[in-house]
Amino acid sequence: MKNLLILGAGTAGTMMANHLRHKMSKNDWNITIVDQYKTHYYQPGFLFLPFDTYTEDQVRKDKKKFIPKGVNYIQKKIEKIIHTENKVVLEDETLNYDILIVATGAKIAPEQVDGMNGPNWHKNVFDFYTFEGSLALRNYLREFKGGKMVVHFTEMPIKCPVAPLEFVFLADSYFRKKGMRDKVELTYVTPLGGAFTKPKATAALSYLLKEKNIKVVTDFAIESVDNDNNQILDYEGREVPYDVLVTVPTNMGDDLIKRSGMGDDLNFVPTNHFTLQSEVAKNIFVIGDASNVPASKAGSVAHFQAETLTDNILLYIDGKPLKEEFDGHANCFIETGNGKGLLIDFNYKQEPVEGKFPFPVVGPMSLLKETRLNHFGKMAFKWIYWNMLLKGIAIPFVSRNMSKLGKKLN
Amino acid sequence: MELNVAGKTINLTDDGYLADLSQWDKDVALAIAKEEEVALTDAHFKVIEWVQNQFKKGEALSVRGIKGSGVIDIKEFYALFPGGPLKKATRIAGIPKPKSCI
Repeated sequence: MKNLLILGAGTAGTMMANHLRHKMSKNDWNITIVDQYKTHYYQPGFLFLPFDTYTEDQVRKDKKKFIPKGVNYIQKKIEKIIHTENKVVLEDETLNYDILIVATGAKIAPEQVDGMNGPNWHKNVFDFYTFEGSLALRNYLREFKGGKMVVHFTEMPIKCPVAPLEFVFLADSYFRKKGMRDKVELTYVTPLGGAFTKPKATAALSYLLKEKNIKVVTDFAIESVDNDNNQILDYEGREVPYDVLVTVPTNMGDDLIKRSGMGDDLNFVPTNHFTLQSEVAKNIFVIGDASNVPASKAGSVAHFQAETLTDNILLYIDGKPLKEEFDGHANCFIETGNGKGLLIDFNYKQEPVEGKFPFPVVGPMSLLKETRLNHFGKMAFKWIYWNMLLKGIAIPFVSRNMSKLGKKLN
Repeated sequence: MELNVAGKTINLTDDGYLADLSQWDKDVALAIAKEEEVALTDAHFKVIEWVQNQFKKGEALSVRGIKGSGVIDIKEFYALFPGGPLKKATRIAGIPKPKSCI
């Protein structure tokens, strides 16, 4: 018997367990998946939890429920990958592997900025990238009487790069509904040159910020959070005061990657952009947020990667050349508030553009344009995630590689 | 968009960044730096070289990341490229603008 080992039972790891158990011979291959945590969180739901749109139980389920029969599930801490010996050391045992899939994800690292996780962390300085942060923020907002809300992200790359913008749009909508929008000053602070950074999106969407009366501060490279005076400071000495700060800290790969000497400065694993084979060893593959590929860190990306990676693992076992196939495809619904949303479909080379999706002319979805249907798409996605995506079921009419059909290209 | 440097035509993206790093050389850097009102010195070129190497390695670029560069610290980075150092340094170095997905 040979061993295929998956590290991480999040979105990407769980999908790979489901794909591969169906495709690999049970007589020849053991499949084992390791994760230290018990709970699987629907991370896109962390955007909705603060606004009381979702409840706690809608965004969390038992991880075990999604691991298929015939896959050995181990809930233990992973100490180290010894890639020169094809071994993974867990807290109290060592596993050998023939093929390793790293799916250990990315997480927030607030300690990278002075004062961020200081005395006011989860008191009036919140993240919404963890269940705890998102829940604490919900409880805070229920009692919030008004003031300055600053929504901020530290640096790229972050998971779901558009989430901080969605947050500020939804905040506008939330305070409007509560009849207190005039009591809240909303400011969006970005380290980049603008709230939108791609030419087509900038042209199509800049109106949103004006329409919602959201102030924008650009090129803000945060140096510290000043907990005494409730303000953030950048390296040029600019100050942005807040009553409540909603921040996305630096995102980093798991410490395991650092302990194993396999990562870059942010603990992401160098990975071939097109085959998803790691650059560390030929029998190590990387999927989802854990890799350094320049695609968005998003569930849809992991879903498309999983289809290519499944094929490539089977090719690798047969000793055949890998498909250089993954194109960076991402497909994301974006909330713009007031019951509307956008849809973007893009890849490594093609920026998001306007058009129809998945079919030309008839759509029914519209790309890069606010519609009610796109908002319903985002809401329906939770069901798709729990019932299709994690199980490795293909989404009808949406192929692993980005299609140009229906897109308005130059 | 295009830029003419010493008789050569350099292709630029819509936001004024080099479309192809292989077209970059010191003359191109000097021409773009002039537009950005930065007078390039040896210290600037050390930073440019580091930024280009990070890009080629596929590493994410951030102001905070400069701490680990071993070339300069963040205050010096701002002094060399005032008002948006990452935006300016990447443009002069011929690598893409730091971007999000939209």
